[in-house]
Amino acid sequence: MRTTPRLIFSTIAVLGFVGASCGSDDAGSAATTSASTVAATGAQATVSGVVTVFAAASLTAAFTEIGDAFMVENPDATVTFNFAASSELVTQIGEGAPADVFASADSSNMTKLTDTGNNGSEPVVFATNLAEIIVGPGNPRGITGVADLANPDLIVVLCAPEVPCGKYASKVFEQAGVSVTPKSLEENVKAVVTKVTLGEADAGIVYLTDVTAAGDKAEGVEIPADINVVAEYPIAVTKDAPNAEGAQAFVDFVNSEQGRKILASYGFLAP
Amino acid sequence: MVRAHRPTDLGGDRVTLSAQLALQLGTLDLHADLDVRPGELLALLGPNGAGKSTVLRCLAGLALIDSGRIAIDGTVVDDPSADVFVEPEQRPIGFVFQNYLLFEHMSVLENVAYGLRARKTPKVEARRIAREWLERVGLADYADQRPRALSGGQAQRAALARALATNPRLLLLDEPLAALDAGTRGSVRRDLRQHLETFDGMRILVTHDPVDAYALADRVAILDAGRIVQVGTLAEVTAHPRSRYVADLVGVNLVTGNVTDGVLTTAAGAHVVIADALPGSSFAVIRPPSIALVREPAVGSSARNTWSGTIADIDRLGDRVRVGIDSQLPLIAEITVAALDALQLRPGDEIHATVKATDIEVYPA
Amino acid sequence: MSSRRRRGRRVGLPVPVLALAVVAVVFFALPLIGLLWRAPWSNAWHYLTQDEALTALRLSMVCSLWATGLSIVFGVPLAWLLARVEFPGRGMVRALCTLSMVLPPVVGGVALFFALGRRGIVGQYLDRWFGVTLPFTTAAVVIAQTFVAMPFLVITVEAALRQLDGRVEDASRTLGASRWYTFRRVTMPAIRPALVAGAVLAWARALGEFGATITFAGNFPGTTQTMPLAVYLSLETNPEEAIILALVLIAISFAVLVGLRDRWFGRTDRPISGVTA
Repeated sequence: MRTTPRLIFSTIAVLGFVGASCGSDDAGSAATTSASTVAATGAQATVSGVVTVFAAASLTAAFTEIGDAFMVENPDATVTFNFAASSELVTQIGEGAPADVFASADSSNMTKLTDTGNNGSEPVVFATNLAEIIVGPGNPRGITGVADLANPDLIVVLCAPEVPCGKYASKVFEQAGVSVTPKSLEENVKAVVTKVTLGEADAGIVYLTDVTAAGDKAEGVEIPADINVVAEYPIAVTKDAPNAEGAQAFVDFVNSEQGRKILASYGFLAP
Repeated sequence: MVRAHRPTDLGGDRVTLSAQLALQLGTLDLHADLDVRPGELLALLGPNGAGKSTVLRCLAGLALIDSGRIAIDGTVVDDPSADVFVEPEQRPIGFVFQNYLLFEHMSVLENVAYGLRARKTPKVEARRIAREWLERVGLADYADQRPRALSGGQAQRAALARALATNPRLLLLDEPLAALDAGTRGSVRRDLRQHLETFDGMRILVTHDPVDAYALADRVAILDAGRIVQVGTLAEVTAHPRSRYVADLVGVNLVTGNVTDGVLTTAAGAHVVIADALPGSSFAVIRPPSIALVREPAVGSSARNTWSGTIADIDRLGDRVRVGIDSQLPLIAEITVAALDALQLRPGDEIHATVKATDIEVYPA
Repeated sequence: MSSRRRRGRRVGLPVPVLALAVVAVVFFALPLIGLLWRAPWSNAWHYLTQDEALTALRLSMVCSLWATGLSIVFGVPLAWLLARVEFPGRGMVRALCTLSMVLPPVVGGVALFFALGRRGIVGQYLDRWFGVTLPFTTAAVVIAQTFVAMPFLVITVEAALRQLDGRVEDASRTLGASRWYTFRRVTMPAIRPALVAGAVLAWARALGEFGATITFAGNFPGTTQTMPLAVYLSLETNPEEAIILALVLIAISFAVLVGLRDRWFGRTDRPISGVTA
């Protein structure tokens, strides 16, 4: 009795693999089939070639580890990353940059991709993140909440409003009813982290995962849930992906249990 | 501060230059003692590389001496042992450079006025004085032109006016005629002489051309290989040459050696029989025309000196011929063209040179 | 036939050399042509008159001019020192002062951080004793720009000073001029073309400075957001606006470079030294 479901699964898996390897035109649909089939088991056919992943800066540490794990599962494949602000990445893709996968830190940038029809698969939200206040180790300025950031004596740096974490920050301030004038608007979230860890800035608004990643170089001050925003991270294959099977395989891997576990270890929350 | 611009009689006693300088510059080892008397023009004459320009630069303060002492007008301007050094701009000097070094980006008038303005003379006054100087040297029409518009001779006059406008006590001229072509040199030399004569201060002129020294100088100092070998009027110096340089200048053979018992022996071991000379280190001058050339050593000749050698080169100069002879005592003899043809002399021939002892002038070294 | 030959002779370059030169011209012209082609001319005025654009432009001009001024004030004496005074380690000093030319600008910005930032070697004392913090201020923009631009001026002026016939300065001193007077009235006029060229290079470099600025000074409209930063950021949300802003920057630079004609850079037939025949 137990052999039958396994037999069915493996037959479908083999069919899916055959379908995927026969012709790239219907790679999209075949890949989706195999993706939904193997998502639960985590087992998949090995892919080869280079997979180019454009991912939001806040995903740097997590995705690098996911990439390593993916390459262990698929020894013939090589994953290369381009980490930057999501807004910058989507513009580059729009200008024809050869990305296979796009992972954004917010939905609006993913929407920019789908609006222009540049996606090869339906975007899937694979993780969520929370915004958090980042301060220096020991919290020398004694910041307790968002309202403290309005203090003009503090050097506060934020992400520029064009990038996702900047948008999230403005939303937080809006919901909290405070007005904050930052000293600088950085063009990606990692730059904000750097300014704080170097001691040049007193505080900034970044993602929860960034605070975790900073280790003992920084501390976080929680933002209460009622004013906080939930950042949604969608991921999709690009339309003109040079390595479409590899792209889908990577997306599947991210959504798999193994991928989820890695994300969680960095502080990302389940979608 | 308005400075007197007309040459004034500065009085005899105060205006002097006393310089003893020693300096090592590259391969040049310079040791020179100079004294310039009030109102005197001393020419520093010598071959290229002797260190003449270096002496001027030291006097001007553009080069530092290693040891010694320079005093202008009784004021010490350079004394390494006493740690005294006066900057060029503080010295009462004027300098005319070999290439004039006029300032290209200023007019001729501004060039001449430069020294006055640098010494804080007000602009209007400085320009007035400069204009007077330009008139004096005949360049009034070029006052507002750039130096590039001037010919060689004109540029030299402009440089002279510029140097004199500040009324220096000591005027230094470094080969002032060297940059001119032979055709203009003569007339420019005459002009320079006139202008220099109206200047009462001390003047030192460096040149490698003895004609300059002859035309312009009161006294001459011969500088050769970093040493001053002779000082005196040009007549004195050329009458009794003490260096190969002057000897070549005058066109005579100069022999150096030690005299004992009526014979001068050179370092190379050649013997020169001479008439009545005091023993000791001496110079002997043998004039080329007094040397007779013979193919076979003469027998029974009263000439006490005969040297054997080979003919090195033959130069015809009009009706005269200069024959260079390689021997233990290298000589240049002068004979007639007729004699040359008669003896059929060729370079490389063996020849004997004879001179009478009474025809050789000897004086102590 | 003869006039055509004469015309042909005027172009003194051999054909292969001419071809390479033409390729070079095209290489520089193409990106500009690309920008002009993609520019949204219908919206140009709207983008140009936006507050942010004008503020960024004003800030860029003010800061770059300040940076050029500082480069001249400090750079010329430095060039004079390097050209005229022999001292041990001169080569090292020269390399040090022109290091920022070869350093990636962001690295320069980070280095400035560690020197003048709130926790920097000098910066920490500025903060502790005087309450002065440099990062995130307009002054920081000027500092970053000066840091990358000054070497261009130093190199140009030093080369000119070396070429200058030192004897002209000797002549000046024998006339009674102090070293400073000589420098003012003889040396500087003689090197004026090189000084102008160096200043223009420095200004252009300062105007285009991005990496050191965004790292050390940060990015905030009105205070530290210069044109290059504005262009970069608007590229992320509105590439059309970015193109217009970029073209403005190009137009200004172009105007300055063309306006500073050969006359200001010195006539080629004039000798540099003060020597008259």
